[in-house]
Amino acid sequence: MTAPNTKRLALVASKGTLDGAYPPLILASTAVSLGWEAGIFFTFYGLDVLHQDRFRKLKVASLANPSGPVQLPNILGAVPGATAAATKVMRKWMKDARMPEIPEFIDMTRDLGVKFFACSTTMGVMGVSESDLIEGCDIAGAAAFLDYAATADVQLFV
Amino acid sequence: MPEITDIETTEVLDCTGLLCPLPVYKAAVVLSRLSAGDVLELVCTDPGSLEDVPALARQRGDSLLATDSAGDVQRFWLAKGEER
Repeated sequence: MTAPNTKRLALVASKGTLDGAYPPLILASTAVSLGWEAGIFFTFYGLDVLHQDRFRKLKVASLANPSGPVQLPNILGAVPGATAAATKVMRKWMKDARMPEIPEFIDMTRDLGVKFFACSTTMGVMGVSESDLIEGCDIAGAAAFLDYAATADVQLFV
Repeated sequence: MPEITDIETTEVLDCTGLLCPLPVYKAAVVLSRLSAGDVLELVCTDPGSLEDVPALARQRGDSLLATDSAGDVQRFWLAKGEER
């Protein structure tokens, strides 16, 4: 049971890219380290971060990503292999910085007690079933997340 | 702040080479298992730690007894607060 004055962080994670998967996990794991509660609502492409096949294969966009790890004109960002190259560079950066890979980071975050909300609308729209997701997710819609977020001290869309 | 040489360290945690959120996460894991009053010496190289570690102490209710910076290495002495 958490103390009544425990602070709470509520995040919406909407991105399904490798670079987009880190910020919500970093914020939520930090919040719990500070003694807070934390919950993340994974919606639309963000749901891929909870998908047990896809979360190992998240990519960095090479097209329309001017800050990406491989600096290319957009026309070249579209050539086959450019996304794979950008992803490879980002993975190497993360490894060299000793940052956990996404599946490991998910485990770490879940072990800390962060609540994972899997957006039920996204599941319906994109044909994702409960068995596709990692264990320990709460399948929920916007009302359940807002109910959680209503008493949060910090709410962010990342 | 007490003299660093007067501080009785209970445990040392080396977080050199690690970036946010790992030093804060690892420090919290160790602090959770220590007893109130125990002192964790945290060694960091992430420049963000200069702000992050005091924030960790404030939020968790621990006391930052002392800090020491030498080159790129920062040391923090954190005394665990009373259980909330």
